[in-house]
Amino acid sequence: MTTPDLTRPDRTREAVIIGGNRIPFARAHGAYASASNQDMLTSALNGLVARFGLQGQRLGSVAGGAVMKHSKNFNLMRESLLGTPLDPATPATDVQMACATGMEAIGSLADKIRLGRIESAVGAGVDSISDAPIVVTDELRGILMEVNRAKTPGQRLKALTKIRPGHLAPQAPGVNEPRTGMSMGEHMAVTAHAWGIGRQEQDELALASHQNLAAAYDDGFFDDLVTPFQGVQRDTNLRPDSSLEKLGRLAPAFGRDLGEEATMTAANSTALTDGASAVLLGSEEYADAHDLPKLATFVDYEQAAVDFVDGAEGLLMAPAYAAARMLTRNGLTLEDFEYFEIHEAFASTVLAQIAAWEDEDFCREKLGLDAPLGRVDRSRLNLHGSSLAAGHPFAATGGRIVATLAKMLHGKPGKLGFISVCAAGGQGVTAILEGR
Amino acid sequence: MSRDTYTEFVNTSVGKRLTKALGLPQPARLRRHRPGEAVVRGPVVVVGTSSASDEIAALLLGWGLDVRRHVEPRERVSAVIACFDAVTTPADLSETVLGLGRVLKQVGPSGRVITLYRRPETAVDPAVRAARKGVEGLTRSVAHEMRAGATANGLILAEDLDVAAPSVAGGLRFLLSGRSAFVSGQLLTVDSVNGTLPQDWDRPLQGQVAVVTGAARGIGASIAEVLHRDGARIIAVDVPAAGEQLAATANRVAGTALQLDITAEDAGERILSHARQHHGRLDIVVHNAGITRDKLLGNMDAGRWDSVIAVNIEAQLRMNRALLADELFNRPEGSSGPRIVSLASTSGIAGNRGQTNYAASKAGVIGMVAATSAQLEARHGTINAVAPGFIETEMTARMPFATREVARRLNSLNQGGRPVDVAESVAYLASPAAGGTSGLTLRVCGQNLIGA
Repeated sequence: MTTPDLTRPDRTREAVIIGGNRIPFARAHGAYASASNQDMLTSALNGLVARFGLQGQRLGSVAGGAVMKHSKNFNLMRESLLGTPLDPATPATDVQMACATGMEAIGSLADKIRLGRIESAVGAGVDSISDAPIVVTDELRGILMEVNRAKTPGQRLKALTKIRPGHLAPQAPGVNEPRTGMSMGEHMAVTAHAWGIGRQEQDELALASHQNLAAAYDDGFFDDLVTPFQGVQRDTNLRPDSSLEKLGRLAPAFGRDLGEEATMTAANSTALTDGASAVLLGSEEYADAHDLPKLATFVDYEQAAVDFVDGAEGLLMAPAYAAARMLTRNGLTLEDFEYFEIHEAFASTVLAQIAAWEDEDFCREKLGLDAPLGRVDRSRLNLHGSSLAAGHPFAATGGRIVATLAKMLHGKPGKLGFISVCAAGGQGVTAILEGR
Repeated sequence: MSRDTYTEFVNTSVGKRLTKALGLPQPARLRRHRPGEAVVRGPVVVVGTSSASDEIAALLLGWGLDVRRHVEPRERVSAVIACFDAVTTPADLSETVLGLGRVLKQVGPSGRVITLYRRPETAVDPAVRAARKGVEGLTRSVAHEMRAGATANGLILAEDLDVAAPSVAGGLRFLLSGRSAFVSGQLLTVDSVNGTLPQDWDRPLQGQVAVVTGAARGIGASIAEVLHRDGARIIAVDVPAAGEQLAATANRVAGTALQLDITAEDAGERILSHARQHHGRLDIVVHNAGITRDKLLGNMDAGRWDSVIAVNIEAQLRMNRALLADELFNRPEGSSGPRIVSLASTSGIAGNRGQTNYAASKAGVIGMVAATSAQLEARHGTINAVAPGFIETEMTARMPFATREVARRLNSLNQGGRPVDVAESVAYLASPAAGGTSGLTLRVCGQNLIGA
């Protein structure tokens, strides 16, 4: 009997980001109103296949998902990959962790590569508000199931006659937290107020996001990251001509019960968006064997969750905890990072997280640290724009951020990049990339 | 692509009878290349008495063709090769040209006439040059007389060039085959012994890497497909705005997509670095990307003029400088080196109303190609241009109906060409077998009378 090589799983190796592709993100009920999740994801994958010449290749795994998902799309990733020129022998997994879906997919695929289970992978995400699933009332569903079980036309007719007009009202999916009934924006308004995040700094962050994204497009930064879809060439949420004066005139959209102290507007909160993204990862051996670039190493990632239900912590503050554990584990501080990509669910989310990491009390009491986690150098934050300008198709955001940061770090060996993505349900993911 | 409903109608039995009775043009369905198919179907007649004619006959026999020196009356032949390489005075033309005339009526549908002669320009003796130049005139006139999709073209050999040079075989085979379906009344020159013949005539670009600009759609997409079919790996380039179609092209030909504005200062470097990273080599560059901004000169503005010049010629000049300076594009393999093929236009030759900017850029391409060939010679490389006439594309489909109908019929084949016809000529000029041809602009226009 041969004994298994027990040393093998411990011998971790590097997982590298090879590149990414996304379709331009479009505001909900706009350019992609008639496109399904599968259409968008297939297009993002096709662009990735074309960029790296992956036609006919069997990849180790394709993983990702959508937050707003039709029940018929139970196998969304697999069905989408079957619409691409990838070898159909490539397996696919659906993942879901709300807005952190893309990050979780990419992180777990990187782990598989590091462990030697697979050589190559695509982490992806897609979301469509425009094609959101509509749920029927429980009463109507009960009747329809009864019709389905009926054996004779008479039984079927009898069941159908039970339908009342009130049963027909569709139950549109909301973005409210099921346990609190509060929208994400209302939750964030509470957190922003608690941390004393001002209106002006939120508007400034939003404006910088638009200006940075517009400049990146103009410089051709996205030429090898974005492939047009249905005639759309740039993110439709992007407002390059925005100004502080214009943003300052907007009325608050969340936390209105705070009156004068309400700070969150439609402009410093991210709009609902449709879109898809994909990131190609591999082992160093895979990248070398297929003449593919190695932009960055996927160093580590960490999940966290907070108890937001009774208000003990803010809904979107989980990344603060994830970052603390991740940095401690790696012996790093926030000062060690060259670039920061903090997902702009709301401008106040970014600012509240940064404030928390600088706050001695919070770091000691909540994060269990001896000293503040550190300062985020604002000149290194979201340098090519982020969700406020690009939009945020929930599951697609991780792929957008990882591909962008990996490209920024390429050619800067050893430089580190920091990622933070918050998610519904009080969850979050942080990650570290290293330039090559 | 627009549909040529008239040609479809003529090729029905009712259509044929009706249009013949009315004396209307008779566009035929052209024989086009299909991999694995014979070069020609039926006998090939070689006329002429020079030693070159014997060598040509031997070459064709080596390809397994049915080669004849004489044919029975009424027997169908697929091609006639008339060798005028030894003429020294106009009186010498008579025997061979009348021999050609006697079999001309026996040339079948999509048949071929190929005249072979020496370059007139290098002859000092007026009688010799007159005789050689005479072949050019008779070739172009024969092309006008061809029927049922048949074509006539000339193969011009440099003064002392051995008939056994690879590009003589390559050129002959191209002109005989369905690859040259829409090439008629044209003269293909062979200047040197450079070039190598392929192991497999169906995969002449096996193992090579080719860049095609403007590959998202139309003629560019067709070029990518034909080069891929011939064995090349494709780097498909187009502007980021055309990225969705570009990805579709790249996926269809199992290549890589490179979203790139070719007018960018570093476009050449970015192509080189993509080729180096993903393919480790670069053998062929096809400058296909181009734009039109038509306007009568009196109404022309700087934006229209400058953008056409920038995209259609300035970008190519800048990219060529970068390509030719790089080691990756400078590796002769055997006697075959790098290949550049540029898209010109018959507009650049004959001019076209409302197209001063476009014609200037395309005539510029013709000049650029002629001048650049010297720079490629040392590395056994070539640069040539292909000048399409009226081709059925999305662009010509937008022309007004009557203008389009006239443009279609004003050539010896009475129809528009297809993108694949342009692509086949590009693929031939990009192949190792065409190494003896450089600095040339080959029209793919069905012998168009004007510069559409």
